[in-house]
Amino acid sequence: MTTAVAASAREAGDPQLTPPRAGAKRRRWTPYLLLIPGLLWLTLFFIVPLVQLGSASLQSQWPGAPGYYYRDVNVGNYVEALRTYGVHFLRSLLYAGTATVLCFAVAFPLAYAMAFKAGRWRNVMLILVVAPFFTSFILRTIAWRQILADDGFVASTLRAVHLLPGGHITETWVAVVAGLTYNFLPFMVLPIYTSLERADPRLLEAGRDLYADRFTNLRTVTIPLAAPGILAGTLLTFIPAAGDYVNAELLGSDTSTKMVGNVINSQFFTVLGGYPTAAALSISLMILILVLVLGYVRRFGTEEVL
Amino acid sequence: MATNTREAHGDLVLENVTKEFGDFTAVDDLSLVVPRGSFFALLGPSGCGKTTTLRMVAGLEQPTAGRVLIGETDLTGTRPHERPVNTVFQSYALFPHLTVRENVAFGPKRRKASDAMRQADDALELVQLSHLAGRKPMQLSGGQQQRVALARAVVNHPEVLLLDEPLGALDLKLRRQMQVELKRIQSEVGLTFIHVTHDQEEAMTMADTVAVMNGGRIEQMGPPERLYDLPRTAFVANFVGQSNLGVGRILGTDGDFVMAEVSNTKVRIPKQRTEIHDGEVMFGVRPEKVRIHESQPDGTGNDVRATVTDVSFSGVATQYLVTVPSGANWSVYEQNLDVDPISVRPGDDVWLSWDPTHAFAVPVDEHGSKAALVEDGA
Repeated sequence: MTTAVAASAREAGDPQLTPPRAGAKRRRWTPYLLLIPGLLWLTLFFIVPLVQLGSASLQSQWPGAPGYYYRDVNVGNYVEALRTYGVHFLRSLLYAGTATVLCFAVAFPLAYAMAFKAGRWRNVMLILVVAPFFTSFILRTIAWRQILADDGFVASTLRAVHLLPGGHITETWVAVVAGLTYNFLPFMVLPIYTSLERADPRLLEAGRDLYADRFTNLRTVTIPLAAPGILAGTLLTFIPAAGDYVNAELLGSDTSTKMVGNVINSQFFTVLGGYPTAAALSISLMILILVLVLGYVRRFGTEEVL
Repeated sequence: MATNTREAHGDLVLENVTKEFGDFTAVDDLSLVVPRGSFFALLGPSGCGKTTTLRMVAGLEQPTAGRVLIGETDLTGTRPHERPVNTVFQSYALFPHLTVRENVAFGPKRRKASDAMRQADDALELVQLSHLAGRKPMQLSGGQQQRVALARAVVNHPEVLLLDEPLGALDLKLRRQMQVELKRIQSEVGLTFIHVTHDQEEAMTMADTVAVMNGGRIEQMGPPERLYDLPRTAFVANFVGQSNLGVGRILGTDGDFVMAEVSNTKVRIPKQRTEIHDGEVMFGVRPEKVRIHESQPDGTGNDVRATVTDVSFSGVATQYLVTVPSGANWSVYEQNLDVDPISVRPGDDVWLSWDPTHAFAVPVDEHGSKAALVEDGA
């Protein structure tokens, strides 16, 4: 509308004509008007639920009426939840951390090969990395349960050559971490690939020219250049992995490999009177991850990310 | 210093070096000796193979055939980090994640020098950038980045320092300044500098020796004055400065001169300024050696009738574009020395003359002379 007014003023060939004041006023308001849908969305689906979650985590149960709550500031929910399920927190961090490290170990060489060595195969490799997204995450994890099952090819082969001490792959932490690694791998590959692909190849040549052998050049030039991608990739892997429950549910055991996500899930859906505990666990997990991530970004972050 | 860099001292020698990329021959059987401590320029249009040559010296490319030596040490096949050679890259290639000082200290650190930072500071002092040592490269101007790149290479005291179009990204004024600066630094550190450029003026003002490359080969090599005064090919005649050229036929000799006929005009070329003594020849004379007259000059015999097509006055000199009887366009530079300047205008008929001792002849090569002109205009 405003541009139309300005355009007609230009067409009229009158440089003295300024846009009418109403137009100027509307232009000043335009950014805010444009923000409204997004703000509404965020308020409805982020802020309101978050407040709701926070208040649920502090509710107390009506004595003698399981499943009924009243509004309260019951910090005891947190103390109780963390005391009972602290081990699940630790396990979540450990599994997510291990999966992140493994993802990096697989993703960096892959991204490096795609960025510098793949040539005309680069796009094929990119498609292969992204292809799993065309099937549901849950379906793929169920497929892994079949692949790793006790009577499946992998497990029976390993058993036959005595490389499987416990006799199982599924129902162990190995399967859970492997599942996490598999599921989050693309989130590590893509950002690292992007930052390597953007790096000026002349910088790598400059490193070699300045007496860095292959390994030193990788350590002192290539990895620092990929740092923004590595940072983004580790965050994109670690954060969802720490809150994940699907892998532990489908690939892990009912007792020894439960993660925090599984506890929240069962407290919410199956345990009568578990709402405040589930909410307290959710909030604690959120805060924990936020603190860890902030510390990590402050330590390793670059200007490009912050 | 614990280092796996090869010890090598002496002249840089390229022996019959060839580099092919698939079907394309970038460098074609090139042999070259660059004396130790000299400032050497590889001059040529883009795609002539000069950068590929440089990269083979650095070890960033390996020759398809031939050898690269420094002194007696054969470096063919060694990796870049094993060579006592450093490069100032065209785009500077400064590490964005390191400060200026860390960038310069990169080389000494890789060679396990215990005083890497002090060496870096000394090198930064040499390029007068000590006050910016703590900055990141992104925070510097183009000229400053250029100096950092230079310091980062010089700090290693390489046997040979390679400069790949180092001034290409700078504006004209800064480029002039850096030319002087580079000269100063080269004489101060006494290293062999090999400077790759497509700018003939840059090559001529800076280098002791210039090698003009075209199509993967060296067309001609020598001191700048000699290249300019006596080009040996049509390409050089037009790439190093400009030349007025004309195809003709040798008629015979006359004392110290060779006589030739160029579009019905007889011209004379000093015997020692032509390698061709019969058959077809390309006659040439530099624009500033040609005089322009409003009436026929007497005596010399080297005169040609021409029609002025354009006059451009630039203060110290005036450039005339004229059409000679063969239909070719020549240019003539006249220094504006006289109180009464020549007052010719486009369309006027004039006479051209020149001292025959300035004339030269090269083998006929229309393609080469045109290729050089196209590049010159770009």
